[in-house]
Amino acid sequence: MRAYWAVVSARLRMLLQYRAVALAGFGTQVFWGLIRVMIFDAFYRSTNAPQPMTYEDVVTYVWLGQAFLVLILWGVESDIRQMIRSGTVAYELLRPLDLYTFWFSRSLATRSAPMLLRAVPMFVVAGLCFGMRPPPSLAFAVLWVIATVGALFLACALTTLLSISLFWTISGEGLARIVPSLVAILSGMIVPLPLFPDWARDALDFLPFRGLVDVPFRIYLGHIPLEEIAPLLFHQAMWTAAIVLLGRWMLARGARRLVVQGG
Amino acid sequence: MREAFRLYFRYIGVSIRSQMQYRASFLMLSAGHFVATGIEFLGMWVLFDRFRSLGEWSLREVALFYGIVNIAFAIAEAVVRGFDTFSWMVKSGEFDRLLLRPRSTVLQLAGQELQLMRVGRLLQGVFVLFWAASALEVVWSAAKLALVFASVVGGACLFGGLFVLQATLAFWTTETLEIVNTVTYGGVETAQYPLTIYRRWFRRFFTFLVPLASFTYLPALAILDRTSAYGVPAFVAWAAPTVGVLFLVVSFQVWKIGVRHYRSTGS
Repeated sequence: MRAYWAVVSARLRMLLQYRAVALAGFGTQVFWGLIRVMIFDAFYRSTNAPQPMTYEDVVTYVWLGQAFLVLILWGVESDIRQMIRSGTVAYELLRPLDLYTFWFSRSLATRSAPMLLRAVPMFVVAGLCFGMRPPPSLAFAVLWVIATVGALFLACALTTLLSISLFWTISGEGLARIVPSLVAILSGMIVPLPLFPDWARDALDFLPFRGLVDVPFRIYLGHIPLEEIAPLLFHQAMWTAAIVLLGRWMLARGARRLVVQGG
Repeated sequence: MREAFRLYFRYIGVSIRSQMQYRASFLMLSAGHFVATGIEFLGMWVLFDRFRSLGEWSLREVALFYGIVNIAFAIAEAVVRGFDTFSWMVKSGEFDRLLLRPRSTVLQLAGQELQLMRVGRLLQGVFVLFWAASALEVVWSAAKLALVFASVVGGACLFGGLFVLQATLAFWTTETLEIVNTVTYGGVETAQYPLTIYRRWFRRFFTFLVPLASFTYLPALAILDRTSAYGVPAFVAWAAPTVGVLFLVVSFQVWKIGVRHYRSTGS
């Protein structure tokens, strides 16, 4: 356990070095959020019919999305891709550590540091200047924190799975582009899931991706009644467990048939 | 001049052949690009399905904007890719080598790479544009088709100019500034919708400072036979795409100033 914690903390410290990059990225994300808010504003102005989400809720939703973009903004981890391509992944296999847990901890660190670095200032700026609102009550706030941690684990399980799939595809270039954008739309990052056509809802509710964005964000908004939250957190946890198991199984198979790209 | 073009096509030929060595990788990347950018349109469709219209604009009309912007951006991205990755040349001192050669730096950088995988976004934009063109109740005259074509060219030049300006900044900052992405990638996101839907300061920014309106909103007025809410005279709608070309020309002048200021990082 100590070894995995060392991996997490070393990577966290490395990422916290790049503060200027984070600042520039932050400015870009604020700008991006403004564009999206204006687009939703125009859509809401063009209808009088009641919608499944109010405009005020959508504004907060957009800013939450900017704050937690890291939850979905990912592809294959570039170091792992590099290792599989160059063959140095052989060293990884030699380490006296469980490889899955090792990669999982690494992706946990790469995700959580930028997440905190961006989320905190985004809450301050969007809350003060752009109409982002706090959760309706303490209960929702606490459940939201739990759901966000769950989303983080789900995101890491998915990334690790994608990295492991590189054992088969080597370059994974096409996959690395397609998967993130599919996740962006299916998780509700591009358009909140309640605004999707009704016929698509059942499928979207079943898939794991709503656990990344839709569930935590709508708990924050108080858009999901308290008594319905527990089954959703269960849904998120079950999917995470299933994806972890699948990843472990694939890694075991991939490592057995691995041909190291040497030279 | 003729020799410069010949050289440019030589460069491009080499770049294409080298990318074609990895055919499977090229196909995967292009397909990935196609899907990734197509999902944006899916998101747009979801919103229109829910809200029916965007002010006085329909999905077909917005699709016209979407198509033009994405085709223009794909061309710009593919052609001026060399400028997009320019900052590493400054950082590594590699730019010195370019300066030693008896040809212009613009030619050498532009010829560095023609990124073929951008065909993914291009095709996707072409599909959407064709759908919009056939679904719209517009009588397509030769003049209107020419205007659509001019808008794409104007847009590609404008985005190209922005990439050149971004590269020019690297002469002073060494590092590429992510903040410039707000007007390139952010510009694409913005210009996919009619500029009228945005707040005034934002609209002005993208009309006068970064003239996105010159190849989207303004020509679209003429194509869709609309009258402008801001009293723009008709000839402006027809002449607007030339602004993009002018923008590119000015960007190259700024680039030349940058080259004069260049100091090698040395290493």
